[in-house]
Amino acid sequence: MDSALLLQLTLNGLIVGALYGVVAMSFVLIYKASQVVNFAQGEFLLVGAWVCWWLLTDWQLPFWLGFLVTLAFMTAFGMILQVVVLRPLIGEPVISVIMATIGLGIFFQALMKWIFGVFAKPFPPIFPVEQVSVLGLQVQSVYLLSLGISLLIMLGFAWFFTLSKHGLAMRATAFDQQVAQSLGISVPRVFAMSWAISAMVSALAGVVVGVVNGVSSALSFYGIKVFPAVILGGLDSVVGAVLGGLIVGLLENWAQYLDAHWLNWGNMYGVAPFYALILILLIKPYGLFGTKNIERV
Amino acid sequence: MATLAPAGDFRTSYRADMTIFPTRGSRLALWLGLALVAASPLVFGRYELGLLINIGIMGIAALGLNILVGFTGQISIGHAAFFGFGAFASAYAHDTWHIPVVLCIPLAGIATALVGLVFGAPAARLKGLYLAIATLAAQFILEDFFARAQWFTGGVAGRITEPFALFGWVADREESFLYVVLAWVILMFLGAANLLRTRDGRALVAVRDHYLSAEMMGINLAYYRTLSFGIASFYAGIAGALYAHYLLFVSVEAFNILFSIQFLGMVIIGGLGSVMGSLMGAAFMVLLPEVVQAGADALAGSAIDHALKLGASISFLREMAVGAAIILFLIFEPDGLAHRWRLIKAYWKLYPFSH
Repeated sequence: MDSALLLQLTLNGLIVGALYGVVAMSFVLIYKASQVVNFAQGEFLLVGAWVCWWLLTDWQLPFWLGFLVTLAFMTAFGMILQVVVLRPLIGEPVISVIMATIGLGIFFQALMKWIFGVFAKPFPPIFPVEQVSVLGLQVQSVYLLSLGISLLIMLGFAWFFTLSKHGLAMRATAFDQQVAQSLGISVPRVFAMSWAISAMVSALAGVVVGVVNGVSSALSFYGIKVFPAVILGGLDSVVGAVLGGLIVGLLENWAQYLDAHWLNWGNMYGVAPFYALILILLIKPYGLFGTKNIERV
Repeated sequence: MATLAPAGDFRTSYRADMTIFPTRGSRLALWLGLALVAASPLVFGRYELGLLINIGIMGIAALGLNILVGFTGQISIGHAAFFGFGAFASAYAHDTWHIPVVLCIPLAGIATALVGLVFGAPAARLKGLYLAIATLAAQFILEDFFARAQWFTGGVAGRITEPFALFGWVADREESFLYVVLAWVILMFLGAANLLRTRDGRALVAVRDHYLSAEMMGINLAYYRTLSFGIASFYAGIAGALYAHYLLFVSVEAFNILFSIQFLGMVIIGGLGSVMGSLMGAAFMVLLPEVVQAGADALAGSAIDHALKLGASISFLREMAVGAAIILFLIFEPDGLAHRWRLIKAYWKLYPFSH
């Protein structure tokens, strides 16, 4: 047993898991508000990170400005996608909606490769890179920063949905569209807003990952890792998404530990969440916190 | 599947209503089409024949997926993994047990169907987006299995396969392999068209249209959902095996998620729930990169080419075209090419009194 390594992997798992949690949260946001399963969530991270990278390197903007412009851009981006692509598909079968988001996913992934190339590119150094000692472990400060930002985003979500007017409107729409409409909430606007917020928050996560690991098309894989997380937590539960993200992050790293020490299968890091996903779907498809009204046959 | 029968087109017996080729024109068109494809080696070069072969192979796989998605209303984002399994299974059966390739292809189909049934077990209980996510997981698990199972797939190096041979006739060139694919295309498409006329085929459609009513009429939902998964995998396996013996080499990386999405794209573009639409969709998807390539070639050397780096990034442009085609079809022509084709036929039939 190598307890230092295990502890290190656990910490890594928490940091990555918190990011998964953030992405899962924005995924659940779209699903709750507009019943769309967004297979292009990972591309939100990708587009956001590339746009921010481009602003910082080609335009030499200071970080805070580039970051704000990115968030503004992504808000518009999400809204436009919803209005142009998803709105005509309201009322279509679930297969069509899923395929539309998949189509969006490949389109933007290829577009980003076309514009920015296939190689990972590092962000210009924004924060001093130094080693910090936590519980006797050496951790890079950027990782701690990313954990902190993830927690901040989660708090922001909690505030938005419990206290702000728009957040309440969104929850009302998710609860019952007709009743929400009769109370004067504009449902189309709520749909567009949910996509805008989701795109913005995902882009934020994308920038964080980009700052830590560099920007590359590997970012869009976060959008796929999000599925084990949301299914585990329950598709329509924000709290579940956060917990699911953390569990998936931990699971990956522990699977890697198990693999390195005993199994020697290789690549368990990438595949373990999907085995877990199949198991959850077989045993408890509505997840830990999801509403239990999905149709079973 | 003819949903749109023009006035004056009466069917007076059940037999007439259930024929696969309802009019003399359609039978004539079929023979003409077959004759044209059979004669194409006289006209086309190897490249064009390769495209035809690809259309045939992808058409078989897309038809399988259409039985699952279009007829049963289930969804699978892991079709390419099953396609790949068929390819490796056929090569493995030939190398290990020295079974002739002719028999390896149906064997691969059956083996893939069995694997499909295993992964289809969740399909018996799940539907819609939950199934989509489960098959997404299946895609990654099978891809990981391909990379790891060196005895089966040859690992990273890939696997070399033997050409198709029958009584000393070796189909190792496009000119000869075309006929092998053509025979399988005819077999599989007739099989699907006939399946839909049986009790089982109608049960699948009933499950799609209203599963509660279907169940009340005595249709076992779990059985038919799993069955359609098995059939789809069978088709994927056959197509994969043909693909393996056409390319004579199978690589592990080929069967990724993008490939799976392309199959879904074929089904959507061709038309959900249309047998011939699967072939049209496959043709569209195979020819789309050629069109993109031709477009880039036409612009080669011009200012646009320099500004946008068209030549160097042609593969990304192809991917973008796939994504854009799927979205545009979903928004503007959700019933696919098959529907458009029916409209065109109806227009000419009724001309000039189309209303």
